[in-house]
Amino acid sequence: MTDAAAIRPQDRATTPRPRRLPQGLLKWVGVAPFLIFAALFLILPTLNIVVGAFQTPDGGFTLANIAGLFRPEIARPFWISIQLSFVTATLGCLIGIILAAAVTRGGLPKGLRDGMLTFSGVASNFAGVPLAFAFIATLGRLGLVTVIAKEVFGVSLMGLGFNLISFLGLTLTYLYFQIPLMILIITPALDGLKREWREAAESLGATGSQYWRMVALPILWPSLLGTLALLFANSFGAVATAMALTGSSLSIVPIILFAQIRGDVLQDPYLGYAIAFGMIVITGIANVIYIVLRTRAERWLK
Amino acid sequence: MSFLRLTHLEKTFGQNRVVKDFSLDVAKGEFISLLGPSGCGKTTVLRMVAGFETPTSGGITIDGQEVTGLKPNSRNIGMMFQAYALFPNLTVGENVAFGLKVKGVPRAARNARVAEMLKLIGLSDLIGRYPFQLSGGQQQRVALARALAPSPRVLLLDEPLSALDAKVRVSLRNEIRAIQKDLGITTIFVTHDQEEAMSISDRIVVMNAGIADQVGSPFEIYNRPTTKFVANFVGTLNTFDAKVADGRQLVIAGQTLNLPMGTALPPKGSAMAIALRPEALRLGRSEGYEAVMPATVEEVQFMGSVIRLRADVAGSKVSLDTFNRADHPPPAIGERVEISISGKDVIVLNA
Amino acid sequence: MMKSPKFWSWIAFGGGLFYFFVPLIGMFEFSLRAKRGEYSFLAYQNVLGDPQFQQTFFFSFVMAMFTIVWGVLLVTPTAFWVRLKLPQLRPVIEFITLLPLVIPPIVIVFGYIRMYNTSSFLPLTGSAMGTNILLMFGYSVLALPYLYRAVDTGLRTIDIVTLTEAAQSLGAGWITIMFRLILPNVLVAVLSGAFLTFAIVIGEYVFAALLNRPAFGPYMVWMGSNKAYEPAALAVIAFAITWACMGLIQLFTRLSKHERAKA
Repeated sequence: MTDAAAIRPQDRATTPRPRRLPQGLLKWVGVAPFLIFAALFLILPTLNIVVGAFQTPDGGFTLANIAGLFRPEIARPFWISIQLSFVTATLGCLIGIILAAAVTRGGLPKGLRDGMLTFSGVASNFAGVPLAFAFIATLGRLGLVTVIAKEVFGVSLMGLGFNLISFLGLTLTYLYFQIPLMILIITPALDGLKREWREAAESLGATGSQYWRMVALPILWPSLLGTLALLFANSFGAVATAMALTGSSLSIVPIILFAQIRGDVLQDPYLGYAIAFGMIVITGIANVIYIVLRTRAERWLK
Repeated sequence: MSFLRLTHLEKTFGQNRVVKDFSLDVAKGEFISLLGPSGCGKTTVLRMVAGFETPTSGGITIDGQEVTGLKPNSRNIGMMFQAYALFPNLTVGENVAFGLKVKGVPRAARNARVAEMLKLIGLSDLIGRYPFQLSGGQQQRVALARALAPSPRVLLLDEPLSALDAKVRVSLRNEIRAIQKDLGITTIFVTHDQEEAMSISDRIVVMNAGIADQVGSPFEIYNRPTTKFVANFVGTLNTFDAKVADGRQLVIAGQTLNLPMGTALPPKGSAMAIALRPEALRLGRSEGYEAVMPATVEEVQFMGSVIRLRADVAGSKVSLDTFNRADHPPPAIGERVEISISGKDVIVLNA
Repeated sequence: MMKSPKFWSWIAFGGGLFYFFVPLIGMFEFSLRAKRGEYSFLAYQNVLGDPQFQQTFFFSFVMAMFTIVWGVLLVTPTAFWVRLKLPQLRPVIEFITLLPLVIPPIVIVFGYIRMYNTSSFLPLTGSAMGTNILLMFGYSVLALPYLYRAVDTGLRTIDIVTLTEAAQSLGAGWITIMFRLILPNVLVAVLSGAFLTFAIVIGEYVFAALLNRPAFGPYMVWMGSNKAYEPAALAVIAFAITWACMGLIQLFTRLSKHERAKA
């Protein structure tokens, strides 16, 4: 009797299977176009570069290209790029969360919140060439702020050592798309913080900063880390903004690589593959760090 | 001597007065329920005691200390919320330790207290789990332990059972009551579930539209409701039209009822409404039940130990509860029966 | 005496407002300076009247349209199919769609140049049309994270398994299901993705520059190094286009919510 009872549900589960078997292969056909496209225009081109980084012109294996990355004229731009990306990503995260918290949690009118989210959607996409023009028009030699500073306050920004075509200038410019991106990503996460958590913490005697340190920030941590990695990659690969802002006078990696592909500067194309490979490695490392930290921070999630 | 005293509390949100002139004295160790439909202001009263809302006027004192202007984190109050209020990033042990940690209690003392609390709620072996690994009932027990760990002066419960399924609800409410009695902690419990309030409280405050309609023990509230709202909100009620006759007598459907001494009645000859609980109606004739009315059975609900009948008495529907008896099947639908009532069970409703 | 959180919120908001609006004002003010000594729209006249502007903008516009059509046709059936038949493949597909956010675009286009050169198995860069197709594919890759997420979110809100089974039981074929059932239901999501794609493609620089196509992005850079006030006018125009795209996304989202509420 127990046997019969045990068999019946299994019966039900297996009967449709023979009918589905031909579909088992068929259902992969549905995703084939996408997978082929992704392979041809995303994955293989990238792998191609990776392979090229380890090849001699006649196809043999070499580490010479990679070794070339450590020549000072290549290593230095890499270092500047890493610093630039790290600084803009960190500042973007920090300022972004402050602004998002001010609008979602700070008791400001609700209209401001919608306005800021819409504006962030625009500003995070207002990157590249036009953004550089906007900053040239503002902080460049004849820019609005530069002129006002000189004529109204008698302060010469140039005299103070400020130059838009510099690390600081690039940082200021990149933040214009980094901060809004952070706001867009972190606002839903802030909305996910339940009112009960704050009230429970308060009734248990916690101050506002204790609540943030012990509850809110740890809960937000995975989203924060993810955004940090994303902002890092976003800034590391940005070419157009830097290009339009500085011409090619500032040595950051994407600009070096751009010049290399155009064939203007470096003569050795295989060093170009190595540079591109180096870029993948660095954004890759940023993401691996992110994934590792995230799995550690997410023990309490399902 | 009252431990928690609320005096003339008022709360206005914009144009909306949600709590009106609410006063209540709670003795130390007492378990008080605020009962009412949603939007009656019961949660607002609780949140004012916790400090999450500031009263528009009126005052709150705990153990002689004026706390009205105090921030929530300096009131030393424990609170339990509807659901999902555990910190999801902390383990059970860390959740319970939270209040002690922010107070700066040293680790050893903290761990001892956490162990004690978890033992109290019977979840000692779950100390390392995260909230998502617990059932709803377990989560709420941990929330109770967390609220109690810093030894609060008052425990506030904001519908802590409403998100749980029926069985867990009953067992957890008994557990809460047992722990509350054990610790002797003054407790305010907000609920919209009258059965819950009845079974657990020393006293109940029935609230309606921001006003405390009646304050009393569950027995008083159920048997001697003072307003129509309380009578209708708590339990089921049958209402009858009656006419005042001589002295303490009422005439209902041509029959006379003798009311108990001291019942205030309108002048002779005026019409009034009286009410009776379903269990005050008897099936058939019974000694001491002076009025007998013919009725037609319309519905029979067998609920186990009790059988509820719905019957038609002269065009109006009444409910009647009778105990189940194995040797005595309930009447059939459509059967004509007699229902008798007694003056001593009559509830006279003021407005 | 500590100030209230509200006070600090206003300070933070004010700071943000300053940082984000000053460059916009600067850009606009600069674009008006083309005539010496007075504000004028001369820079805009110069830009809009420039045949190069018209050609490159038209090129990028057409590119954006093709990218949107190709992207939607590629992504929608895939997202649908994965939800319906291959849920175990979802993490893989999601990972692939997020890759373009991690691999710098300049690396991808470098790979294209190496893989599809004139002596390769698929010499796309050998002809103008071939390069245009390659550029469109590249743009689809850039838009992939946004487009896929938008469509997938749209699909999440409807119960596609039940809908599909209901349609099949009424005798509908896959083409009918795709075009009559799935697309209309995720139309708003698809449109959001489409406008975002448009905003990305219109201003894109690296792909177009390195594949040597006459697109709007390289034109802007060229203007930037050769003219003084016209670039600011271009920036204002680009900003307006971005606003329009985001505004349309919001409009459609709101309209659809409204309709759902009515229904």
